Amino acid sequence: MAKSSEAKTAPKFDLDRSVAVPQLIGKQEDFLFIGGLAGTAKDLAAITNDGSNYYGMAGAMGAAVSMGLGLALARPDRKVVVATGDGELLMNIGALATASVLNPPNLRILCVDNGHYGETGYQKSHTSLGVDLEQMAIGAGIKSTMTVETQDQIAAGARMLRESNGTCFVLLRVKPEDGPKFKRDMDPASTRVRFLQGMKKKA
Amino acid sequence: MEATTEDRWQKVVYDTLKKNGVTIFSYVPDAGHRMAIDLSLADPDVHSVALTTEEEGVALAAGAHLGGARSALLMQSSGLGNCINFFSMITGGKFPFLTVLSMRGDYGEGNPWQMGMGKAVRPILDTMGFVTIEITQKDEVERAIDAACTMAFQSGEAVAVLLTQKLIGAKKF
Repeated sequence: MAKSSEAKTAPKFDLDRSVAVPQLIGKQEDFLFIGGLAGTAKDLAAITNDGSNYYGMAGAMGAAVSMGLGLALARPDRKVVVATGDGELLMNIGALATASVLNPPNLRILCVDNGHYGETGYQKSHTSLGVDLEQMAIGAGIKSTMTVETQDQIAAGARMLRESNGTCFVLLRVKPEDGPKFKRDMDPASTRVRFLQGMKKKA
Repeated sequence: MEATTEDRWQKVVYDTLKKNGVTIFSYVPDAGHRMAIDLSLADPDVHSVALTTEEEGVALAAGAHLGGARSALLMQSSGLGNCINFFSMITGGKFPFLTVLSMRGDYGEGNPWQMGMGKAVRPILDTMGFVTIEITQKDEVERAIDAACTMAFQSGEAVAVLLTQKLIGAKKF
């Protein structure tokens, strides 16, 4: 009998994040975004053109999921996408448990997993060493989860982010490469005001 | 939720936060906040968010603010140490922020494990740029929470209210 570790296929870190993340998001105007620090902040800044529907971090590592949860609870009428990296999510993995218990229907968590700490010199993260973040999301009790690691899985991932009726978790495995080169506003106060002004316009 | 005379001030904490428009209550379970936590769980008009670690509540409050809601983080003073890095987002981003701390390692503490963080609470809050309001008497609770809410949600400050052990009493060991 095959051991389960042998039956499981090795994770594929093959996709290009600067192509796959925009494909998963689709029409960005439909969402509010919270971006974790480093790669995902750049992914979202490029997608939204550093827009007023996006708040991205450059510090406070581990805060993204909880911040998205607060926003989702405050604005049940809007779909909130949190994009976070593997390193950032691992720093506060308990936030998945908190989100799962509340299960706001408008919260979507997209973890862009490149298996490395890109910002500090591409040291391997735990996800390169056998840790599966989708399994941790399942263990946290999140009902809708999937892993996207090949091009043919992107359409289903995009559908989950767009249509899920409960908090969902999409793990996107990508090559260990930087996000798009995008010069975003890194001031946590001016981007906060920008976001609030964006919310007023929509209201 | 029936409050005994002894813990009626705990109900005042909750009622005053709610009166000031707080709709998202986050917490790690704590005896000093037992009444407020139970009231938030039983209240259909608010979100009651049990956290796995206190720092989640800091980020939650920032996200709630972006969505136009008011949040309060209820924690024991020992949880303050878990939050420090996230406070950099609060002060750097000028997010309004309110936390209510039930003190341990404070007046009359008998557990030496609590003393290290208890003694560090005020210096940490000062260093991170907080306004700190201490409550020592039951009849100060409503006025102090009102003042804290005004400074947090109107002036946009990071505010910590300390429910001191003169107010809540020291656990017996």
